[in-house]
Amino acid sequence: MTALTHLDVLEAEAVYVLRETAAWFKHPALLFSGGKDSLCMVALALRAFRPGRLPFPFLHIDTGHNFPETLEFRDRLVAAIGEELLVRRVQETIDAGRARDEMGPKASRNVQQTITLLDTVRELGLDALIGGGRRDEEKARAKERIFSLRRDSGGWNPHQQQPEFWLQLNGVLRPGEHMRVFPLSNWTELDVWQYIGREKLDIPALYRAHRRRCLRTRAGILLAESPYLAVEEGETVEELSVRFRTVGDMTCSAAMESRAVFVEEIIREIEAARTSERGLRMDDRRSEAAMEDRKTEGYF
Amino acid sequence: MDLLRFATAGNVDDGKSTLIGRLLHDCRALPDDQLESLRRESQRRGEEGLNLAFATDGLRAERTQNITIDVAYRFFSTARRRFILADCPGHLGYLANMVTGLSTANLAVILVDVRHGLVEQTRRHCFLASLFRIPHLVLCVNKMDLVAFAEGAFAEVRDQFEAFSEKVAIHDVTVIPISAKLGDNVVQRSAAMRWYQGPSLLRHLEEVHIASDINQVDCRLPVQISLGPRTWAGRLASGHVRVGDEVMCLPGGARAVVAGLTVACREVAEARAPLSVAVQLDRDVEVRRGDMLVRVHNRPDLRCEVDAMVCWFGAEPLVAGRTLRLLHGTSQTRAAVGRLDYRLDMQTLARQTDPPALFPNDIGRIELQSDQPLCLDRYQDNRATGSFVLVDEASNRTVAACLVR
Repeated sequence: MTALTHLDVLEAEAVYVLRETAAWFKHPALLFSGGKDSLCMVALALRAFRPGRLPFPFLHIDTGHNFPETLEFRDRLVAAIGEELLVRRVQETIDAGRARDEMGPKASRNVQQTITLLDTVRELGLDALIGGGRRDEEKARAKERIFSLRRDSGGWNPHQQQPEFWLQLNGVLRPGEHMRVFPLSNWTELDVWQYIGREKLDIPALYRAHRRRCLRTRAGILLAESPYLAVEEGETVEELSVRFRTVGDMTCSAAMESRAVFVEEIIREIEAARTSERGLRMDDRRSEAAMEDRKTEGYF
Repeated sequence: MDLLRFATAGNVDDGKSTLIGRLLHDCRALPDDQLESLRRESQRRGEEGLNLAFATDGLRAERTQNITIDVAYRFFSTARRRFILADCPGHLGYLANMVTGLSTANLAVILVDVRHGLVEQTRRHCFLASLFRIPHLVLCVNKMDLVAFAEGAFAEVRDQFEAFSEKVAIHDVTVIPISAKLGDNVVQRSAAMRWYQGPSLLRHLEEVHIASDINQVDCRLPVQISLGPRTWAGRLASGHVRVGDEVMCLPGGARAVVAGLTVACREVAEARAPLSVAVQLDRDVEVRRGDMLVRVHNRPDLRCEVDAMVCWFGAEPLVAGRTLRLLHGTSQTRAAVGRLDYRLDMQTLARQTDPPALFPNDIGRIELQSDQPLCLDRYQDNRATGSFVLVDEASNRTVAACLVR
C-alpha cells in the first residue's frame, strides 16, 4: 500500500467529525457562505454520507453585501447536489429592529450577522452549527476546539473550554446550549487548495484572476467597487487583474493583483505569498483582538 | 507528503516560545503581516528587535499577562513534511492542556536550559510523554550561546537525561544542543558547535520514522453511523480491513463478511487506520453505534471492570463510589469508580497508595465498573482503543483522560 498523505489523514479526520456530528445531534446545520472552506465542507459532507442524503441542511446567513458571483455559485452547487438550503437575511433582522447598520464609509455587517445567526439557532432549534473555520486562519481560532460548546448567549468563552483528548468528541448538551463544530480545524489554507485541486472541486469565479474595477484605499488595500462602499477622499478607482484570497462581504474582502486562473497557479501563488490570508480581511484588521472579540459575541 | 503531529513543553523561561517562533520564522511560516505585528508587540514591550516568543500567544489575556494558558496549534510545512504543532503550557496547573497536546502527538519536544539541566518540571514532562506513549522524544538543550557553545556543558545535561530516561518508557530519544534565540541547530546546523554530529531539530522532525507509530496490526473499527442497508461507517482506530475479511461485531458477537469497502465514497479493496471508511456487510446482522467491528481471531477484551491510569480535571475531588459518563470511541456508558489504587505525587513521582481522593490535576490509578461491556485494548498496545474519557454527569464536561492498564 502506498503511504497516506496529509490530505488522506485530514480528510479522514473531517469525515469522522461530520459523522460524529450526525450521531450526537438532532438538528445540526452546515453553515455555507460560498467560500472555499464551505465548498470543501460540502464536498466532505457528500463523502461522509453518500449514497444517503445529508443529515443536515445548509444554512446561509446572507448579509446582503455578498458578491453576486457567490450567490450564483451557491445556487448552482445546491441545485447540482439536490440538498436543502436555508437562507436567513441580516436585512430582515435590521428591518425587525433587532440590529442597526453601522454608519460611515467602511461600514460592514459583520457584527449584525452574529445576531441573525443566533436568532436562527433559536428559530430552528439548532443544536449544532458546522463551520469551515480553521485554526491556522487567525490566532484566536488557533485556540478553538473541534466540538466547541456555546452557552445560551451563543458566545465563545476561551477560558472555559473543555479539553479534547485524542479525537474523543464530547457532544453532551444541556437545554439552551448548542455546539459549534469545526471539521477543518487542522487544515491550512494550502491544504484546502490542494484538496480542491485533488478532488477537482468547482470554485467561484472570484478566486480566479479576472478584470475588475477596484477602489484603492489610502492604506493601499484593494476593495471591489460596489454600491456598499463610498469612495473617500484620497482613494482611487482603477481596473486591474485581480482575484480574491478570501471571499466574505464586498465591504471587507480585499482583492489581490494576480494572473492566477487555474488551481495549480493559485496554489503556487499561495505557496509564495508573504502575507497571511486574514491579512486581507478588513474585519480582522480593526484591532489585534478583533476575531477574539467577535467570537466572544457569538461569531464563527 | 505525510503529517507529523508534535507537542512542545518546557518551563516558562526555557525559551519554548522563542524556539517555536524560530522554527516558524525560519520555515517561512510567519507571513509579513504577522511579523509586522510581532515587531509592534516587541516594541510595545520595550524589546530590541524581534521577540519571536510572542508568535504563539493567541488570546488577549495571554498577550497581556505574558503567559500561555491554552494549547495553541501552529501549522507549517517543509518540502518533506506537513507539521501540526501543539504548543502546551508547561505549568502543572494547566495539565489538561498538556494532556490534550500529548494525546495526539507522534513526538514531544522538551526544552531544558543548559545552565539548569534537568529540573523537576523536565522530569514531569518526560514522565507524561512516557505515560502517554509518545513514540519519539526530543530533548532540546537550549541557551547553548550562554555557555559559549561548550560541549562539556551539553554532555553533562545529556548524561543526566540518559540516566533518567532509562526509567521511562520511551524508546526513541534524541538530544540536541540548540540556541533558539540565535537559531543554532534549530533549522540550520550550527557553525558554532562543530563537535555536534547529529541533525538539527527541523531535520530530525523531517526524518523521524512515523509510519509505524500507529498500530497497524489489530483491526478495530468503532461503528459511528449507518449509511444504508448493511452499510456501517467509522474511522479505523487501528489495523486494516479488506474486502472478503470475516469480521465480528462486538459486543454481540455476530459474524459477517466485508462485501464492499469505501473511503470517502471511493471504492477500495483495502483500507487502514486512521482512514474513515464505510463497510458493506454480506448479511443482515445486528450492528449499532458504539459497537466495534474486529477480526474473528484478533479481539479486544470485552469487560466491565477497568483498571486505568486517570488524569483527573474535575472541579471536585474524585472519590470511590462516584458515577460518571464514560466515552470510549463511539460507545457510551456509565461507570462507577471503585478502588483508588494509588495517587502519583507529581512533584516527586512517588506513589501514595490507597489515597482518599484524587484532586484536580492529579494522576492516579483507579478501578472502574461500567454498566455496559467495553471493547478495550491496553493503552500500551493501542493508543486509540486503550483510551477513554470521563464526563461529569451534572456539568457534562470532560473531566478525565484515562489509559487502560
